[in-house]
Amino acid sequence: MADDPPILSVDRLHTHFFTKAGVVKSVDDVSFDVHAGEILGLVGESGSGKSVTGFSIMGLVDPPGRVVSGSVRFKGEELVGLPERAMRRLRGRRIAMIFQDPMMTLNPVLRIDTQMIETLRAHEPISEDAARARARDALGQVGIPSPDERLKAYPHQFSGGMRQRVAIAIALLHRPDLIVADEPTTALDVTIQAQILFEVQKLVAEQRTALIWITHDLSVIAGLADRVCVMYAGRVVEAGTVADVIDRPVHPYTRGLIGSVPARNRRGVPLAQIPGMAPSPLALPEGCAFRTRCPDAAEICRTTPGITEPMPGRQTRCHRPLANAEAALPG
Amino acid sequence: MADRLLPMTVFIIRRLLQSVLVLAIMTVIVFAGVYAIGNPIDILISPDATQAERERAIADLGLDQPWYVQYWVFLGNLLQGDLGRSFVFNEPAIQLLLQRMPATLELAAAAMLISLVIGIPLGMWAGLRPHGIAGKTIMSGSILGFSLPNFWQGMMLIMIFAVILGWLPSGGRGELGSFMGIESSLFSLDGWSHLILPATNLALFKTSLVIRLTRASIQETINLDYVKFARAKGLSPRRVIFVHVLKNIMIPLVTIIGLELGSVIAFAVVTETVFAWPGMGKLIIDSIFVLDRPVIVAYLIIIVMMFITINLVVDILYSILDPRVRLADIKA
Repeated sequence: MADDPPILSVDRLHTHFFTKAGVVKSVDDVSFDVHAGEILGLVGESGSGKSVTGFSIMGLVDPPGRVVSGSVRFKGEELVGLPERAMRRLRGRRIAMIFQDPMMTLNPVLRIDTQMIETLRAHEPISEDAARARARDALGQVGIPSPDERLKAYPHQFSGGMRQRVAIAIALLHRPDLIVADEPTTALDVTIQAQILFEVQKLVAEQRTALIWITHDLSVIAGLADRVCVMYAGRVVEAGTVADVIDRPVHPYTRGLIGSVPARNRRGVPLAQIPGMAPSPLALPEGCAFRTRCPDAAEICRTTPGITEPMPGRQTRCHRPLANAEAALPG
Repeated sequence: MADRLLPMTVFIIRRLLQSVLVLAIMTVIVFAGVYAIGNPIDILISPDATQAERERAIADLGLDQPWYVQYWVFLGNLLQGDLGRSFVFNEPAIQLLLQRMPATLELAAAAMLISLVIGIPLGMWAGLRPHGIAGKTIMSGSILGFSLPNFWQGMMLIMIFAVILGWLPSGGRGELGSFMGIESSLFSLDGWSHLILPATNLALFKTSLVIRLTRASIQETINLDYVKFARAKGLSPRRVIFVHVLKNIMIPLVTIIGLELGSVIAFAVVTETVFAWPGMGKLIIDSIFVLDRPVIVAYLIIIVMMFITINLVVDILYSILDPRVRLADIKA
């Protein structure tokens, strides 16, 4: 899989927000590749820059934010600096996006069919009837019962899970090469989340779509993604295959994240916490942004760590990566 | 649609019943209020009249009775569709008002039209480009529209366009055109030339209101997820703004426009006075001066009915614009 050229290649991307209070480096030197049929997890807490990374790929960063430098290559085509008109032809057709809150993504005053048909007709010269038929099929595909009737409904007549299915159906309409999913199951309850994850995995596998799954929930990534990038304060601090990263994290932050997930075999033991709080994006510590919360921080961490490869297929940004032998779980 | 018709009928009937109650309460208040202000007979009868003449006039108008008896008589007449005769003109009050209503309605309609046609596009521009020079100019201009006194704006308009430039007449209604049996100054060129200044005057405040409301709604809506999702679908900016954004901001706009339409009709008084526009507003001011109670009461009944109708239409429009609103849920 890694041999064929990637569908999407993000290289040293910087997206900054120029606010009155100062410059926020939301995405600070982020690089990763996604291949066809691959699911890449982008994990991090709120404000780590994972969503902004997604919007940067879509070309949907609004002022005061802007992609400052770096490159986003989609099937060889450079998207950074691409004219809006050309970008619009890709958006929704070759690259689609699913948003976090299904209660907010669909326009409340437009019927589902309107919102689906306009997506089709924005990119293809097809008739209203043909578009309607495709919309109906797409709804059926994501498991919405009696799609014919549901097409005529308004968003408020659907539950949260159903709305997210509609959003996914809209994203799949043009069989895109890449889908950016920004925490699409966070707002849903766990059973619906499991159903949606299952459906998405199935659909992506069928169509060999590349998928970037943005989430703060490592346990979702564990069951879904092939590879994972852990983000902290705008940087990717660790990247590798999901199984490897979860089994043997090399970055202290990843270890902290994994340790704070409840697990069955640690019943009754208090959950580990990462000490301190995420730093203000306006006043990040110099050097490694995690050093103020890191149990292993040393003098060298005051300088910005470069990307190193402590073991094959694993990248990290840490001066003092955890040794392989060290147990993943503290205590 | 059929499943929405029944609740709509129920809703309208309930609303109408409540309106009757509102009207009844309103008439009592106005009746007692005008009674308390003074005796119209002091104004109507010349000071030289003899005591006998005076007594006879009072008895003729029924003013010798206590006010609740007069109210009872009024109510009885009202149920027969009689709103009383004007003390001054000795004509049925309703007839006086209906004669002048078209003038006020066309003035109000023209003013509303101007404020929407100018206000919505300017508000959208200011909302979409808040940091541009044009956007800032529009917003500063709207502050002027808000804060300059209406009568002063009217006099300035007359001074500039009628006196200095001499382009437009300074007052009056002008020639009426006729279209499909309806007579209105909207159908003649001369009528328009008379209408344009008072309508602009009446529209200035509303335009500012529409601009600010549109801008605020645009800015609130433009950052919502569904707008971003619409962009992520690859829709053209035109479709995003004119379908996804505009349809949502119509909801607050329709509310305000509805309420304002009522107030434009009810409070065209100042503009009608400044421009000598022969509408209901001018009539009511004159009637208040001479305590012509039947005209005052009839005017207020008409205005209240107008407000009730407009509110009803607004609520029905809501349910059409916003599928989440069901008429059954609106507190009537």
